[in-house]
Amino acid sequence: MKQGVNPDDLTRPFWEAANEERLVIQNCTACDRLQHPPAETCSKCGSGAALEWKQMSGRGRIYHYGVVHDCPIRLLQEDQPFNCAVINLEEDPGIQMYSHLPGTPVDEVPVGAAVELVFDTAANGQKVPEWRVVTDN
Amino acid sequence: MSTENAPQSMYRSREGLGVWEHRGKVAAVGIGHGPTSRRWDGKPDTSLGAISLIALRRAIEDAGVDPGDIDGLVMDEKTTTGAFWPRGQELPWDVINAYNTTDAPLDGITQLSAEWILKNMPELTGNRFTMYGPGCMSNAIVVAAQAIGDGLAHTCLVLKAWHNLPGRYYQTGANADDAIPGTAALRSVWGAPACYGTAIQFAEYCRKYGKNHDMMAPFISNSRRNGLRFPEGYWAQHRPEEITTEDYKAARWIAKPANLFDNDIPIMCSAAYLFTTAERARHMKQKPVYILGHASSRGQARSFIPTLDEVEAECAESGRKLLEAAGITVDDVSFENLYDGFPQFHQFHMEGIRYRGIQPGEALDFYQTDISITGPNPVSPSGGNIGSGRSRFWMHTDCIQQIQRRAGERQVTGVEPVIGVSGGPMPTGGNFTCWSASPDY
Repeated sequence: MKQGVNPDDLTRPFWEAANEERLVIQNCTACDRLQHPPAETCSKCGSGAALEWKQMSGRGRIYHYGVVHDCPIRLLQEDQPFNCAVINLEEDPGIQMYSHLPGTPVDEVPVGAAVELVFDTAANGQKVPEWRVVTDN
Repeated sequence: MSTENAPQSMYRSREGLGVWEHRGKVAAVGIGHGPTSRRWDGKPDTSLGAISLIALRRAIEDAGVDPGDIDGLVMDEKTTTGAFWPRGQELPWDVINAYNTTDAPLDGITQLSAEWILKNMPELTGNRFTMYGPGCMSNAIVVAAQAIGDGLAHTCLVLKAWHNLPGRYYQTGANADDAIPGTAALRSVWGAPACYGTAIQFAEYCRKYGKNHDMMAPFISNSRRNGLRFPEGYWAQHRPEEITTEDYKAARWIAKPANLFDNDIPIMCSAAYLFTTAERARHMKQKPVYILGHASSRGQARSFIPTLDEVEAECAESGRKLLEAAGITVDDVSFENLYDGFPQFHQFHMEGIRYRGIQPGEALDFYQTDISITGPNPVSPSGGNIGSGRSRFWMHTDCIQQIQRRAGERQVTGVEPVIGVSGGPMPTGGNFTCWSASPDY
């Protein structure tokens, strides 16, 4: 079970969108550049005013993965071992998200495969972006 | 009096700065280590502050200087290996009150300020300069070297200490909570342990270059073997256990492809060095080891985990900067002691500086050759964190001792120990030093 999430000021738009099953990522309109994790200012131009939240397509690819056998998070320890992948977003492969890859057997992860956005539910009911390998059919 | 972090202007983090302006004018002349332990046992004489006072006094004695002649102290105030004082647990007043205190009750226990040190070392009557080089010894070293070169101090102690408390690593605090703040959740909801980012980079490295996890075994075995010859280290002092190839391959996974031996062990430890000017060093007890140059890496990952491309580019730049600062080529380097905690990124540092000419993707093949202290290509003769526990300073101690020919059973014999390089920690963020037997190599 994923740990619950208490949205804070910086991340509230991200988590509120997740509860609507949408993925939004911070974007600097001045640089036309995404950034994740979010920050108070653009990491390139330093502007705070030019930051907005932009909805993503929900498509990406698996950069690589590990299999977690010794997790520091108490609530996840009963799920060990589990996949933990890094996903590159289609809109900008430089932007990463994590994923447990629901539906993919442990340690049978197709590196480079296309993935699509789904949602999981954390311990306190907060929805969390997740990714599922796209099958050909 | 309060101590500040070193300004960024003290770090050489850009290419093209040329040879370090103080090349060969700063020297290490003293080394001291406190005793190690796995976790603090709660007693005053084994506390973080206590072992640090031991390390500092040993460094002073080793150098043979009058404590009153010391005018500088550079260190790191933060000391956690991942252990924090448990919420709600009563403070250890018997330990706190065993020493002269500062405004922070846990100073000397789970943090260590320059003020605490000075209050508890009355013999340092001449101190006029303190500064923090935060993060690890690699940082404090370059700050101290720059400070002496710039004339802010002429005889300076350099200190780094780590505390570890009862309980498993990173299993307490927010990680044990039912819910966490949204910013932290962007990473920790997925439960990746500390070694995960490096494991991902290593996995991509193996995919890109056609290598595999088993190829790390000679490096791990060599590191532990060297560490067991490091009498100041944790494994030599408490658990003299070699790691065989079979041990390595059979070890349990933490975050596959990182297993138990791809992680270092958090410990209580402290080390101190005494730096001074090249002129003053001539009159001290030990053979001076001169700093030819230093360089810093300030790479920024685009997102959560630096990609392999980002890591390789940054390490190559760090290597170029260090060689440029020192005014040498990599062919001049006798041995390397670049950081290994996590060992799965040691090859990034090695390939970055092109140690023995190796190119990206070649280090794991290099590990299959003779990388021992008796061969022509010693790799991590200190044994690093894998050899002696998490300190991030064994590599520096070893560079000084090798060049002084005081490394004992670890002394390299296959090369003349003339120039060594050390530093880290992270491939995309660290500080590196070039050490030399001669000020004008």
